[in-house]
Amino acid sequence: MASTVFLALQANEDTRLIIEAIMEDNPQAELHEYPAMVKIDSAGPLTIRRVSVEEKIGRDWDLQELHLNLISLSGHIDETEDEMILAWAE
Amino acid sequence: MDTQVKKKPGLKEKYRHMTRGLDWQTSYQSMDKVFPFAEFEGIKIHDWDKWEDPFRLTMDAYWKYQAEKERKLYAIIDAFVQNNGHLKVTDARYINTLKLFLTGVSPLEYMAHRGFAHVGRQFPGVGPRVACQMQSLDELRHVQTQIHTISNYNKYYNGMHDFRHMHDRLWYLSVPKSFFDDAVTAGPFEFMVAIGFSFEYVLTNLLFVPFMSGAAFNGDMSTVTFGFSAQSDEARHMTLGLEVIKFILEQDPANLPIVQKWIDKWTWRGVRVLTLVAMMMDYMLPKRVMSWKEAWEIYFEQNGGALFKDLARYGITMPKCIETINKEKDHLSHQAWAVFYNYGGAAAFHTWMPDAEEMDWLSSKYPDTFDKYYRPRFEYWREQEAKGNRFYNMTLPMLCQTCQIPMFFTVPGDPSKIAYHESHYSGDKYHFCSEHCKEIFDDEPEKYVQAWLPVHQIFQGNCFKPDADPTAADFNPLAEVLRYYNINFGHDNLDFNGSDDQKNFDLWRGMATQNQTGESA
Amino acid sequence: MQIDLRTVTIKPLRHTFSHVARRLGDKPASRYQEGTLDLQADVNFHYRPLWDPEHEIFDAGRTAVVMADWYAFKDPRQFYYGTYTMARAKQQEAAESAFDFVEDRGLIEMLPPDVRELALQVLLPLRHLEWGGNMNNSAICAYGFGAAVTQPAMFHAMDHLGIAQYLTRIGLELADPAVLDQAKEAWMNDAVWQGLRRYIENTFVLSDWFELFVAQNLVLDGLIYPLVFEAFDKALTRRGGGAISMLTQFMREWRNESVKWVDATIKTAAAESPANLALLQGWVANWRAQAYEAVKPLAELALGQEAGAALDDIATAFDRNLNKLGLSR
Repeated sequence: MASTVFLALQANEDTRLIIEAIMEDNPQAELHEYPAMVKIDSAGPLTIRRVSVEEKIGRDWDLQELHLNLISLSGHIDETEDEMILAWAE
Repeated sequence: MDTQVKKKPGLKEKYRHMTRGLDWQTSYQSMDKVFPFAEFEGIKIHDWDKWEDPFRLTMDAYWKYQAEKERKLYAIIDAFVQNNGHLKVTDARYINTLKLFLTGVSPLEYMAHRGFAHVGRQFPGVGPRVACQMQSLDELRHVQTQIHTISNYNKYYNGMHDFRHMHDRLWYLSVPKSFFDDAVTAGPFEFMVAIGFSFEYVLTNLLFVPFMSGAAFNGDMSTVTFGFSAQSDEARHMTLGLEVIKFILEQDPANLPIVQKWIDKWTWRGVRVLTLVAMMMDYMLPKRVMSWKEAWEIYFEQNGGALFKDLARYGITMPKCIETINKEKDHLSHQAWAVFYNYGGAAAFHTWMPDAEEMDWLSSKYPDTFDKYYRPRFEYWREQEAKGNRFYNMTLPMLCQTCQIPMFFTVPGDPSKIAYHESHYSGDKYHFCSEHCKEIFDDEPEKYVQAWLPVHQIFQGNCFKPDADPTAADFNPLAEVLRYYNINFGHDNLDFNGSDDQKNFDLWRGMATQNQTGESA
Repeated sequence: MQIDLRTVTIKPLRHTFSHVARRLGDKPASRYQEGTLDLQADVNFHYRPLWDPEHEIFDAGRTAVVMADWYAFKDPRQFYYGTYTMARAKQQEAAESAFDFVEDRGLIEMLPPDVRELALQVLLPLRHLEWGGNMNNSAICAYGFGAAVTQPAMFHAMDHLGIAQYLTRIGLELADPAVLDQAKEAWMNDAVWQGLRRYIENTFVLSDWFELFVAQNLVLDGLIYPLVFEAFDKALTRRGGGAISMLTQFMREWRNESVKWVDATIKTAAAESPANLALLQGWVANWRAQAYEAVKPLAELALGQEAGAALDDIATAFDRNLNKLGLSR
């Protein structure tokens, strides 16, 4: 049984499309909305894909731009230029 | 960032060049002299190269993203100041949480800044050094943005005006101060486990979510903004803390018992400090977010559960203090607030009894304990206040030698008995609130006997200004202690009802919607 | 509940924090002042460091320099975190443009091969020296006294890291990653670099953090920066290496800005007392002699025949600056 990881982002204009991209790439993920904040929970690994975000926002996007709106996260991080994966060891 | 289509190295490789290749094995001076603190704690590291860098941020990216966050944050702080944003909070009692934050927590951010500068120099591995140095900078960011955010509140409300001076002297502020002093005086590995892991990973949500959500729920947009902005730095800190644990445990199995001991110790020390937060959540927020009990269940029991399940593969187990914390969670905030209400004469923030609606909220959140153990005395105290008998305790409490909190904690499982534990060391008797605090002492008595316990110091005569005269006929020791604390009597302390804060807030809010002028208190 | 956003004039009870007002009077204070003054604890510590039981957590006794008030030190740039990062972000953007421009125009390919080679030989091993500057300033922040001097030290540490990274990037622009290994090999073993490596390793074991400040920030950088990023830079440009000059503009600007802080710190400490002055003079004399010898081989590599004259000029300028700070050679 996979442990839940989560990613919490500020809820604003910049993140709206990023969150959409993440939810589309991760069908197992659940979205929870709070005042000014969004929490994405996932049983099993959560993947943020640069290309998916770029397609949505219509410009080049650096994965590290996520830092601007990141609130919190859990799980081990595996980061490359193209994707960031949050996961607990199974 | 680099957009060229040469043979571009990937992120990992590029970061390796940018950071990992920079150091070298010294030869004109030996490595032990260059890194003198790397081994004394008994932690064995065989290969620093196995360190995995969390968030591979180069300095140019750091400057770019952090500057953007700062620009946004300060624009909001400026707007808040211009619009008298402080008048938009739910009610002025909320502002007392900011007093507790600035005097109790902000100075710890500064300590973290210096502590991470220290480990950022002392770890032999260049990867962890760079991550620690970035954290050092981030912590400086936090203390300064907190000061700048709360600066505006300081201009209009009492209790925050001398936060540095108070942090170093007041009886309840030695609780957070001694916590961080303890971490910073430990060796570099223990510091990382204490702060990087136990505090920044395991417990951080229990500090930040209550304060920041509390701010959001109570209309304090500047603090919310600061909170969210700081949290993005916290994500990097959390990953550093987790990587430290993984790295140490993977380097040598002999490290396991040392690390487990530190996790046990620091989870307990951290949770004891969070007593102040528990009380803040349940009693000081006019519009409450959730109860301390709920926060513990979500942020520790659930989140922490997944974490410790992951770490089980190394042999790490849940900290043993969990059982005690579970038994205390229904009592902690009520007992703590009762003490502060009692000692409200000597606190640099206001205290008050909850009203009927608030007591009903407390009943609903603590169905097993509030009505049975706490409502009766709180209702009695409310009655007494209405009759003009608002009581302030004029004696001094006994403090736990380790956590330095007044010994009001009851025996886990028996709320009718105060918990007392003691140890003898070198001819003296030491007192503790719990078996866990006693164990921490017993493991390193030479360290914990040094503590500057505020109540002991008062009794030893060390808490008076130089011009205090104990031989004077009208010498009032408690008044002199408050003077030493720089507490403005009748302004910074005592009940919220009747305070300057209460009067001014109502007056100024009235001014924002009506046309007459009035004098502030 | 809707509150009218009309701004109302409300009189504040106080203009700033009490500890700031005790120093400056109760008037509005700058963000730098509120974010720096008295920020560090100096009393009632709970435990002694296990790693340094001779001293308190923060202890003015970790240096022989004596100050009546450690907040007499001021950073003329008035950098607190916000203004620091915003300043560096602007500079970073300019550097990024320079790298993009050089790449897009193919200016690296147009470099004369000997210029390219010399640039690699001089600039790349230097990134290790810069890393030493990072380590030393991290130590100054950790063991120094008072936020006024330790805050800018941490900024300085990260700046050295940033510069080390820019030097690395220049290397990767000019050649394959293998060149970094070669540079490290040179740093470890070539005669050109051993004086500097010995110098910096000797600074790593200094116990007096102010002496470290003198050895690293005043003396070493006071010779290296004018040599490499001014004299060498000009020499390279004369030979067609202007592209490299674009890529090192960050370093020049940084030096011109940060030297104001270094100088102000020395000046304040020297002016405090004859004892401080004597101490500083002794340190400067000792480290300057070593640094000058250490830097000679690098100057010869970088400037060939002109090395002697260039070093003389640099030394003269350095000594003239010392006078301005109240010190003599």
